[in-house]
Amino acid sequence: MSRNFFKSKQYATSKIYRSKPQELRGSDEEKPNVPQGIMTKCPGCSRVIYTKLLIKNNRMCECGYYFRLSANERLVMIMDEDSFTQIDQQLTTRDPLSFPGYCDKLVRLQTQTGLVDGLITGKGKICGMTTYIGVMDASFLMGSMGTGIGEKLARMFEKATYEGLPVIVFTASGGARMQEGIFSLMQMAKVSAAVAKHSEAGNLYITVLTDPTTGGVTASFAMLGDIILAEPGALIGFAGPRVIEQTIGQKLPEGFQRAEFLLEHGFVDQIVERENLKATLGAFLKLHHKEDRRNL
Amino acid sequence: MDLTPWEKVKLARMPIRPTGLDYIDYIFDGFMELHGDRLYGEDRAIVGGLAFLNDIPVTVIAQQKGRNTKENIARNFSMPHPEGYRKALRLMKQAEKFARPIICFIDTPGAFCGIGAEERGQGEAIATNLAEMVMLKTPIISIVISEGGSGGALALGVADKVYMLEHAIYSILSPEGFATILYKDSSKAELAASDMKLTAQDLYHHGIIDGIIPEPPGGAHNDHEFVTSQVKELISADIDELLGLSVDDMLERRYQKYRNI
Repeated sequence: MSRNFFKSKQYATSKIYRSKPQELRGSDEEKPNVPQGIMTKCPGCSRVIYTKLLIKNNRMCECGYYFRLSANERLVMIMDEDSFTQIDQQLTTRDPLSFPGYCDKLVRLQTQTGLVDGLITGKGKICGMTTYIGVMDASFLMGSMGTGIGEKLARMFEKATYEGLPVIVFTASGGARMQEGIFSLMQMAKVSAAVAKHSEAGNLYITVLTDPTTGGVTASFAMLGDIILAEPGALIGFAGPRVIEQTIGQKLPEGFQRAEFLLEHGFVDQIVERENLKATLGAFLKLHHKEDRRNL
Repeated sequence: MDLTPWEKVKLARMPIRPTGLDYIDYIFDGFMELHGDRLYGEDRAIVGGLAFLNDIPVTVIAQQKGRNTKENIARNFSMPHPEGYRKALRLMKQAEKFARPIICFIDTPGAFCGIGAEERGQGEAIATNLAEMVMLKTPIISIVISEGGSGGALALGVADKVYMLEHAIYSILSPEGFATILYKDSSKAELAASDMKLTAQDLYHHGIIDGIIPEPPGGAHNDHEFVTSQVKELISADIDELLGLSVDDMLERRYQKYRNI
């Protein structure tokens, strides 16, 4: 994997840093959410897998179980080599409610994960086609959406609208960032507004729903794609399964809220296996290619 | 009247508070209810229809709590299913077609969590409302009259002007749910209510809402006339103002309002 993968450009700086977070790099040693140890047990089939082999196989077990990917791994898997430039790399939340302990928690997580927040956005190429792309990372506070993620997404959609380029978003999120309260809720409106403007201008938006996609993310930009793809077995829903079980007082049926369930109910265009994702996205981008783009 | 955030939560949930239909009765003339989403069904957690505000035809949409247990069961405790949000959107698109302003009354603990709601795409229904409401070429005013619960409230809350009643609450989640997630203890709801900043005063302070509508001593239930006449005055003035804007200006302001949060 190339060290130059992330040609980072800084557009904004964080207001809450107390210590400088680790720089994002594409190297394996620094990846935060590599399963610990040499061997990894598959929750799907209980097989013990050689971790290096699992990583090489894009974190898919032979049994069909998909481990979650970090945003970095996802970008390496999807983007053409050396084509990705990150935007708004240092942009993160403002801690708008001055929520007790939140700033410290963020700094700790930033140090632990090497991420600034639960989303990386940027521009690059997939199968030679230029696109904006945002990838959420569930290892950062469950990919929950606060003002940092909302602002990053809105900026990306605005840039893409201006340049007449498509947007692809990989969702992975438990929903709202609790510590940002009502501000987190309002990000749903903010991002949906930016999506609507991008759409109105005739631009393509593809969402890829990965495990897990729930709550306020499902109820906003995840479900607004012109094309909605999902990874096999991904949990996708508005309310989390535990909340539903508590509310209705009964066990949920097998496969409830999985990608296949959503396909069956008409909310997903295709379930795409990980090894075919890049080619599938490339094909959809080619189908929507506009000749007379502004040269930016 | 100085109430703690938790006291406001309890007050906002009191069944004696005026409900959506009470506001409709007091403020508008000749309300004609319209039913159904044309896709799946009729959701009685949301009431929608046409009426006159002074002499202007408007579309009115309200989340409707019951005033007793029987009514609450019929209204599903004002927790809409996807068909409720789709009915609301259908009526809003219709309002756009006929150039009618839209007034939404928000009062819900949240969108319903259940098997049917998920099967029929609760997330998709809310998401579509958010994206469509931003672009609707007609004025929208939303008022949180008691409880504004999360995405289920926001799905009627993307508007040119958003108000809350003095003792209403508006939050990302119930304080009980918040306490369970963050403090691992649902009995810490009182603490959560204060940490969450969910009162009308908090939201106004943070620039999320445009204004607070005063309630009579003890709360809105003590004087329906007092509260509804203020709402009527406020929305009448707003509609005059909004109809004076060009559609482009109105939409740009609406976009920037959310863009800047």
